[in-house]
Amino acid sequence: MESNQIRNLDRAQYLDSLEPGQIATIQKVAVDEGLYQRLAALGFRVGKSIALIRRASFNGPLQVRVGNTDIILRRSEANRIKVKPL
Amino acid sequence: MKRVALLGMPNTGKSTFFNRVSGASARVGNWPGITVDLMRAKILLGGHIAELIDLPGIYDLHGFSDDEQVVRHFLTATKVDLIIIVANSSQIDRQLSLALQLKSLGLPSMLLLNMSDEAKRSGIRIDTKKMSEKLGMPVMQISAKYGENCPAAFKTASALLGTQLSSIDPEQVEHQLEADINIEHEMESIVQSTVEMPIQLGDELTTRIDKVLLHPWLGLPLFFLAMYVLFQFIFAVGKPLQDGIAWLLAMLRNDGLEPLLANTPTWVNGLLLDGIYNGLGTVAAFVPIIILFFLVMTMVEDSGYLSRAAFLVDALMAKMGLDGRGFVMVLMGFGCNVPALMGTRVMRSKNMRLLTMLVIPLSLCSARLQVFLFMTATLFTPQQAPLVLLALYLVSFATIFITAMLFRGQYKNNEPFILELPPYRFPTARQIWLRGWHEVRHFLNRASNFIVIGVILVWALTHIPLDVAPASDATLAGKIGHLFSGVFGPIGIDNQLVIALIFGFVAKEIVIGALAVIYGLQGDALMHLMAQKLDWVQGMSFMLFTLIYTPCLSTIITLKNEAKSWMFAGLSIVWSLSLAWTVSFAFYQTARWLGL
Repeated sequence: MESNQIRNLDRAQYLDSLEPGQIATIQKVAVDEGLYQRLAALGFRVGKSIALIRRASFNGPLQVRVGNTDIILRRSEANRIKVKPL
Repeated sequence: MKRVALLGMPNTGKSTFFNRVSGASARVGNWPGITVDLMRAKILLGGHIAELIDLPGIYDLHGFSDDEQVVRHFLTATKVDLIIIVANSSQIDRQLSLALQLKSLGLPSMLLLNMSDEAKRSGIRIDTKKMSEKLGMPVMQISAKYGENCPAAFKTASALLGTQLSSIDPEQVEHQLEADINIEHEMESIVQSTVEMPIQLGDELTTRIDKVLLHPWLGLPLFFLAMYVLFQFIFAVGKPLQDGIAWLLAMLRNDGLEPLLANTPTWVNGLLLDGIYNGLGTVAAFVPIIILFFLVMTMVEDSGYLSRAAFLVDALMAKMGLDGRGFVMVLMGFGCNVPALMGTRVMRSKNMRLLTMLVIPLSLCSARLQVFLFMTATLFTPQQAPLVLLALYLVSFATIFITAMLFRGQYKNNEPFILELPPYRFPTARQIWLRGWHEVRHFLNRASNFIVIGVILVWALTHIPLDVAPASDATLAGKIGHLFSGVFGPIGIDNQLVIALIFGFVAKEIVIGALAVIYGLQGDALMHLMAQKLDWVQGMSFMLFTLIYTPCLSTIITLKNEAKSWMFAGLSIVWSLSLAWTVSFAFYQTARWLGL
């Protein structure tokens, strides 16, 4: 019961669970240091807003937009980026 | 001599600026990571000769990929007098990080906000004066593509070089690089006070085109359709040009060279006309098609569609242990395998790089295309020829698939796949012209080096000793071919053609040159004779072998250099030779068994 309540309060999700067209705020980027740097350079910084544009078919990569940059990344990376939908 | 380096994130137009300033023709394209090597040019800057260096794009000075290490090594080993940071104006909100990192290193720098044309179009306004004050370095907006504001940027760079008294010691840079700094807040505050961005972001036209081209189930069929149309265009325009050149070359020989050389000894005449002239001429006839091919490639590369292709096929590539970038490298390999191999430097995982490098040489490059255009025109009807060519492209993909599936376990990796999707762009006429010219020069270079040497050697082998029938079994070539007959007999390749394949190891252009020399003819006459001597099953087996075995010496050397291992280059050679033989054997024997 209690844990359910917490889950309801904390609306945090991961990037791969967004729907196309949905906008969210980046809350945490939980990846190794090398990848963290690359993502940061591409604009994935905590507090920035991110939009999911589309998903490729056959469980392929996601297209997202951060700032003025469109980026594609696989779901395996996207599910390590914590977001809060707006 | 003063040294000036261009530095910036991938796909910000460093090479375009480099070409603009130096008049060079470095390869440019709308793909992050198209420059993987250091390009250098001498330029006149403020009355001094300076060396301008175009560095590969990097995301972060502390990055881990091979190209980022190349840049870091360059900065810590070379004394640089000025760093020109190139950034995409539209993405300055994140690309400013690199300028801040450089500022903290204390290297004399200036910042060029490139692609001002695109930024203006999307309503992004940047207060360069204020940004310059905050950063403590000159900041200017330019468009390297259209040359806007470039002279002014050039002038500022000269002035900076003139006043710059102290530049930092490379060792100091190395020391500074180790100290990590937090630039996030600084970046945020500078961007907020100097950049005005509209709320609705993203290029609208790009968004609309992507809706169609990246459609969940229309995307892939449209990709194949686009490729098909482009190839049709290349051949429809290229074929008449090719025929025209072949006609001109034949006329030059009959009416010019033959009377001129009539009094020379038979063997000199033979070497010059049947050897060098026929050999080179047959290869040269393909130049227009190859140039067209590269012009189309340039447009595809510049359009930004390659990244979209990577998006569409990544799911399939993942099953093969590769990723969407690997697919793009294979597409680039259709032009030439060498730059495609070097393009794998953007991958961070060594295993994924090696696996990608193992499959790239199987991609049907433009040199092999020349052989196939020639052979299909010789052995098939005009209706059949394009289908055979298409089949060869499919075989190329199939061998890539088989190779990746077989070696996937050997080169396991969990390389993350992250790629920028740039907006659609169109190259300027100047860019297309530069690229076309670059390819012509590249071809002439190859022609003047090993193609000439190759055809001379083939001529010598097929004509020595001089007292026997040319290209017969009694010649050196016949004897060498005989040595290999146990290997090539079962795949239907006769002793003379073996010589063409042996020299094809050096470069595939030599193969057609060699055919002209072996049969002592060129143009239509050569095709007629070959059609008599070879049946289509043998020809097909020959083409399959040519497609799959090692593309050329340059590719092998590049493989060795990129993998830093002769073992790996050796593996690639052994694997491609065995696969080539097996496929040709299976094809030839099956066809014969079916009574074809």
